[in-house]
Amino acid sequence: MSWSLRVFFVGGLLSYRALFNWLTPWILIPTFLVAPIFQILLFAYIGRSAHLQSDEFYVVGNALQYTSLPCLFAMANMLADERWSQTLGILLSSPASRLALFLGRSLPVVLNGALVGAFGFVAGSLLLHVHIPASAFAPLALVIVVTAVSCTGLGLVNGAIGLRVRESAVSSNILFGVLLVVCGVNVPLDELPGWLEAIGRGLPLTHGIQAARELTDGARLGDVWSLVATEAFIGVVWGVLGCVLLRVLEVESRRRATLETA
Amino acid sequence: MRNARLVFFGWFLNLKMMMRSAFNGVLSVVWPMFFATTAFFMYRAGHDQHTLLFASLGASVMGIWSATSTSASSVLQRERRHGTLELMAAAPANFALVLLPISVAMTTVGLYSMIATLLWGHFVFGIEMHLVHPLLFVLAVPVTIASVGALGFLLSVACVRYRSAWALGNALEYPVWLICGFLVPLALLPAWVGPLSWILAPTFGVRAIREAALGGSPLGDLLAAAGLGAAYFATGVALAEVVLRSARRTAALALS
Repeated sequence: MSWSLRVFFVGGLLSYRALFNWLTPWILIPTFLVAPIFQILLFAYIGRSAHLQSDEFYVVGNALQYTSLPCLFAMANMLADERWSQTLGILLSSPASRLALFLGRSLPVVLNGALVGAFGFVAGSLLLHVHIPASAFAPLALVIVVTAVSCTGLGLVNGAIGLRVRESAVSSNILFGVLLVVCGVNVPLDELPGWLEAIGRGLPLTHGIQAARELTDGARLGDVWSLVATEAFIGVVWGVLGCVLLRVLEVESRRRATLETA
Repeated sequence: MRNARLVFFGWFLNLKMMMRSAFNGVLSVVWPMFFATTAFFMYRAGHDQHTLLFASLGASVMGIWSATSTSASSVLQRERRHGTLELMAAAPANFALVLLPISVAMTTVGLYSMIATLLWGHFVFGIEMHLVHPLLFVLAVPVTIASVGALGFLLSVACVRYRSAWALGNALEYPVWLICGFLVPLALLPAWVGPLSWILAPTFGVRAIREAALGGSPLGDLLAAAGLGAAYFATGVALAEVVLRSARRTAALALS
């Protein structure tokens, strides 16, 4: 048990520091601080031009959507970078618990995602003069963390795809784009075609964004509890699917000896 | 003549390479379409057909900048990783003329994105496009591509000492979409953004394409885009000389 905990905490932290390779201000600042601000501004101005929603709508949607960026990319890079540094085979031939191995790697990612989302909220609100009631700060922090966990669940699936697809940056970008379109980030869900709305309701972000919007409108945590629970549940489902997929594709890669050739 | 041959074959071979890359070939086309789709839904929900048309033309040019910003800023890093940067720098040909076709090839990939976005808008969102000045439209597209390519060239030279330049290129994607008026009329932005947008060729490129398609006089914007493109190229050539001389003097070409 203690070994699994060590793999979970120490292994996860070392993996994040060593393999994510984003821990330089030259990458962190443009990617996690500049880009979310400009995405918020871009859609807030499109919203003003289209006379669709208030600035608050876009601050909440885009700040939370940026939570998914580290969650998707880091989980995919987790395997892609192992392959790049030729340690994937060694890693997967170790007897370590796979659950501890992969979930441990997702812990720093959740924290990273939550911080990016929180930064987006603060910066977007200040720039666009969006007022968020002080009573909403703590519940919003909870929603951001739950959303980051949920997105990391999807990130695990993305990571598993990395066992089959070499270009993990492409799959991460595509998933990020899908979340942008179908999760009600900038377009109210009822303005989307029914089938897109249905897809959105099965993905992380959608319920988190809804909960965050209600909280900024003055709702209490108790009022949005079901939305937060649904967001968490969806994240767990995606996470379980990701772990199963990782296991299945690992076994398949061993059987076909395709670990390094994907 | 030899320089023209160098630029042409450099462009052609790099374009062939990029079209076989999932990142440059597929993602460059698909990525801007997520943003275009979101913008189309937003403008359609606003029930204003004219703004939807306005957004459709702007969105189609987004891909040209997307294909350029990330790739161009990291082009020297890519060559460095391939181990070909030293060969390019040591070649007797002018370094700028080796680099320029790579940037223009990246921008050309954006042409696929432009066509895909226009078709997507037409078939999925029912955006009808009647070109008022078809000839000027056909002229505006390559001029825009060339001027954005020249901006990419300047960016690639400016980022030669920045190992993680792709992150800067990524971060420049949204600001240029915003302040060059791709999806939002410039009049909506704060007044201080105006002068910033005037030094960026995409502002005039997208305006020329819009005016050629929807009616207006795009010639002034075309000239402005071409002039800025030439200025970027001249600045990039001068900067490339300085940067190359510095890297040779300090033997730091492979290190930075």
